[in-house]
Amino acid sequence: MQDDNLISVHALKKQFSDVTAVDGISFNVKHGNVFAFLGPNGAGKSTTIKMLITLLAPTSGSATIDGLDIVRDSAEVRRRIGYVPQLISVDGTLTAYENLVLMARLYDIPAHACDARAKEILSFLELEDHRESLVRTFSGGMIRRLEIGQAMVHRPKALFLDEPTSGLDPVARQHVWENILELRKTYGTTIFFSTHQMEEADGMSDEVAIMNMGKVAIIGSPDEIKAKTGIPDANLEDAFIFFTGANLKEGGNFRDTRRSRQVEHRLG
Amino acid sequence: MRNIKFAATYFIQMSKKSWILAESEVRKLLHDPTELVTRAIQPILWLGIFGEALSKVRAIPTGDYSYMQFITPGILTQSVVFIAIFYGLNIIWERDMGLLQKLLVTPTPRLSLVLGKMGSAGIRGLAQAVIVFLFALVLGVPLILTPQSIFWVVIIVLLGAGFFTGLSMIIASIVKTRERFMGIGQVITLPLFFASSAIYPITIMPLWLQYVAYLNPLSYMVDALRSLLVSGSLANLSMDLAILAGVTIAVSVTSAYMYPKVVV
Repeated sequence: MQDDNLISVHALKKQFSDVTAVDGISFNVKHGNVFAFLGPNGAGKSTTIKMLITLLAPTSGSATIDGLDIVRDSAEVRRRIGYVPQLISVDGTLTAYENLVLMARLYDIPAHACDARAKEILSFLELEDHRESLVRTFSGGMIRRLEIGQAMVHRPKALFLDEPTSGLDPVARQHVWENILELRKTYGTTIFFSTHQMEEADGMSDEVAIMNMGKVAIIGSPDEIKAKTGIPDANLEDAFIFFTGANLKEGGNFRDTRRSRQVEHRLG
Repeated sequence: MRNIKFAATYFIQMSKKSWILAESEVRKLLHDPTELVTRAIQPILWLGIFGEALSKVRAIPTGDYSYMQFITPGILTQSVVFIAIFYGLNIIWERDMGLLQKLLVTPTPRLSLVLGKMGSAGIRGLAQAVIVFLFALVLGVPLILTPQSIFWVVIIVLLGAGFFTGLSMIIASIVKTRERFMGIGQVITLPLFFASSAIYPITIMPLWLQYVAYLNPLSYMVDALRSLLVSGSLANLSMDLAILAGVTIAVSVTSAYMYPKVVV
């Protein structure tokens, strides 16, 4: 069974002075799956993602990606993952092509292959016509798609997306998801994303984990989770409230709120 | 043997990635070069107004050289340092944007991210040097501009820009927010400038300030540039270079260790 799992998390814990942000969580993500990570603000989603992508060292516990330990083999893990932060991570003062080539070079793709790779991704994302445009002239959906392109330039095995569609209108959101699912189909990439959009988690993912107060409250397919609430015709939002006791419209501190509003504002 | 191979691989990776990052900074500058023009205003005002005015009153003892000759290396230093010292703001901004997180997840040595920024500040500093030299020539200030002196000026500007960029990134990793950084940036920039030999000789300072000036790396940058461009006496150049190189290496390593913490 172990071989089926690309990501394995075991008793992972992160303590910030007297606050336990992530409290000994364990779960697995299978190769090629779309895995949604839900939870109210402050539940520990971002901290977990930061540990998995090697930005933050765990206090205890362990996790492996493609069999590599996130602490011991962090340099190798970085070559196998792509990351799209919730914030805007492309450089607005460079062109779409330059942004992609920069990432390709940082991922050690040979100089002669960078051009072909950047063009392939622009074509995949249907952004060829905007190749030489400065990214600051892009729409929100185009920015997000380019960011996904940057994160997949080295063809990672796992792509981590932190609230990939926050701040996007429904049309742009759909386009972004078409690209993400196409990625999985074409390259077999495992998708790990956090979101506040319940219908997105319900419709797009093979498996969902709901986090609450640093722990995984429930994990399973969207249908399994909905069934476990015992509520007739429950949707994922009902399940979310059932398992976390939280209302989606509340929660989040000043910093989170300011950031998410800044992102929404920038993405237009 | 294994350690040597590891060190060699790291060094090659680190140099390559630093170059890639510095080059992308140059591309940004080429897309929008207006910054170079706006940054040129400050040194031109210092030289054209402050320098000319103080030359007239002859209030500052500058030995065998005119005050304009004395102040030109000082103003060059000041404009390089003022560019570099606000690079910390740049990494806080990149953190707020999400760019920094994305870079930190790539297989790029932390030191390269620091050296890339230092290179970028250095290139902007060299652009300032060109502007200062051209304006000094317009004002008729005699400077020693030989291939040899220009070569060493380039090295000094790169080292000075590197040191103050690294220092700025260390401060950013401690204060973490733009507002606090702006406050601290203002507080340290002018004292660094005034507690150096940029616009007056150290010998006319009160004794306590002379000690501060000798501890200030900016003084060594000014001293080196002044020896190269004005006096031509290079007796202290190797000491100035050694001090600048030493402090720049120290802040590079410290900054590479500290600044990834800005994302947490």
